[in-house]
Amino acid sequence: MSRADDHAAVAGLLDRRDYLMIAEIVEPGSSVLDLGCGGGELLAWLHDHKRVDARGVEIDGDKVQTAIARGVSVFQGDIEHGLDDFPDSTFDFIILSQTLQEMRYPLHVLQKMLRVGKRAIVTFPNFGHWTVRASHLMSGRAPRTRLFPYDWYDSPNLHFLTVEDFILLCRQQHWTIERQVFLRKNREVRRFPNLFAEVAVFSIRSGE
Amino acid sequence: MGRTPWSARVPPDPLCNRGIRVPATREKAGQRPAADRGVRPTRNSMSFTVETQHARFPSLSLDCGVTLVDVDVAYETYGTLNRDRSNAILILHAFSGDAHAAGISQETGQPGWWASMIGPALGFDTDRYFVICSNVLGGCRGTTGPGSINPETGKPYAMNFPVITIADMVRLQKLLIDSLGIAKLLAVSGGSMGGMQALQWAVAYPDSVSAAIPIATTARHSAQQIAFNEVGRQAIMADPDWNNGDYYAGNPPARGLAVARMVGHITFMSDASMREKFGRRLRDKDAFGFDFSVDFEVESYLRYRGSRFVDRFDANTYLYITKAMDYFDVAHAKPSLAAAFDPAKARFLVISFTSDWLYPTYQSREIVSALRGRNIDVAFCELAADYGHDSFLLHNMQLTDMVRGFLRSVERDAVPS
Repeated sequence: MSRADDHAAVAGLLDRRDYLMIAEIVEPGSSVLDLGCGGGELLAWLHDHKRVDARGVEIDGDKVQTAIARGVSVFQGDIEHGLDDFPDSTFDFIILSQTLQEMRYPLHVLQKMLRVGKRAIVTFPNFGHWTVRASHLMSGRAPRTRLFPYDWYDSPNLHFLTVEDFILLCRQQHWTIERQVFLRKNREVRRFPNLFAEVAVFSIRSGE
Repeated sequence: MGRTPWSARVPPDPLCNRGIRVPATREKAGQRPAADRGVRPTRNSMSFTVETQHARFPSLSLDCGVTLVDVDVAYETYGTLNRDRSNAILILHAFSGDAHAAGISQETGQPGWWASMIGPALGFDTDRYFVICSNVLGGCRGTTGPGSINPETGKPYAMNFPVITIADMVRLQKLLIDSLGIAKLLAVSGGSMGGMQALQWAVAYPDSVSAAIPIATTARHSAQQIAFNEVGRQAIMADPDWNNGDYYAGNPPARGLAVARMVGHITFMSDASMREKFGRRLRDKDAFGFDFSVDFEVESYLRYRGSRFVDRFDANTYLYITKAMDYFDVAHAKPSLAAAFDPAKARFLVISFTSDWLYPTYQSREIVSALRGRNIDVAFCELAADYGHDSFLLHNMQLTDMVRGFLRSVERDAVPS
């Protein structure tokens, strides 16, 4: 399957543009743990198309049932506890898609991911996007944009990080960024990602 | 006891393996292949009739050091074993269950205790799989137990029956599976004590099991679980009719066994399900009787269940099987629970129920956590259900869907296309 076909298939199936990049980064035949895997759509796709040994963690019981009924090995539990039991370097890839900003202790989670996984694939909405900055500057209130549509009091997001914030953290922690892709709608953003990327995708590993 | 029999008025008692609603008929049934080993497909497939079969094994070595001779096993099968013998699933029954897990018994006309899960197009789809269920060692429904005749004495074993373990039960099941010519089971599954056997299978015969589905169970009995079993045993042994287990020629300890069962039933339900089922409703009266006859519905129910149980269950079997459960600890003599799973090669699907306080979810999580510690493929879900421990036996679409999907993925991974 060509890269273009892959993209079309995943896009049609998942309707999540960061999944496109994840599907591309994950190597065929590898082992993958998806944190907050929902109904297991991505994992099912990775299993069927890339022969991936696919596992997931999900807190929502209905989604867990959906995933298991789909034949994906998912266990019900919260993300942090899901990681604690595993031996070191159990998985080739650990995926955390669009959830980092909802974690109480994001650094802690990232450190655990890099213990249990050889690589971590992290995607998050970029709080540095110009519309967010503009919204905040113009209204003087907590920004609300297409990407961050919630009122401050009912937002699932606990942290607001930007592309620059994440890169800085990696540098401080001595993590190597192996790949970084920035997305705006279904297009890749190549210039000034911190200003124009809506979603950032990073593949990182421990050590420099 | 009220005038109207409870059976006519209350929801069926799932652990009594009677009266589970058999789902509506499906057309597919008529196309089922003529199945071997006792399964007689009828036009109405959901009510296919089954006959319990029997096998005898010359000897069985037990954990306690004793070797039993001439061991009988009662079992049933549903569906058809495929050519490469790769579609067999062993179902393991709970404490008071028996070999009659599905279909309609030719002998009694009753549906099996897991009729909601086993049958054409159900979770354990008998159109795809060859499903086997046998009565456990120590049982009283056709497999050798304390009520069986001891070939050495010509009399029932009674308390001369050796104390057995869950591992012994599984060892006997392995003999049965071998005799059916099945080298590897696609899956083993059961709830409660059936789940313990499933775990035991996975660690004792790792090369003979592709997948295990332990439901509403534990890797080791807790103090609370042992405590309830001990109350049941003491109720039986306090009944003068128990007579040190030697009652087969006279009256069985019916009162003691009934009380044991009443306690058991309380532990199978939940506060919510009892509130919904009985509340404080009075039984056939408008005001308290101011005596110790039955006042409340719940009293009537428990008495009815207790008295019915006596008709079909042997008190000594109660003692032996509860003891086997209490001894169960898959990590016995191992440094940790995770270490106990070292030999396991199966994939796991672990399921618990929110309102089950007898086998609470933390015990399932313990299993899951240990399996993850050994990087064994495990899926886990805690299903929302109000019916306490009984939940695993009641019709539940989520359970059906998960088991079906899981089994399909096991098949798919076992035979790469």
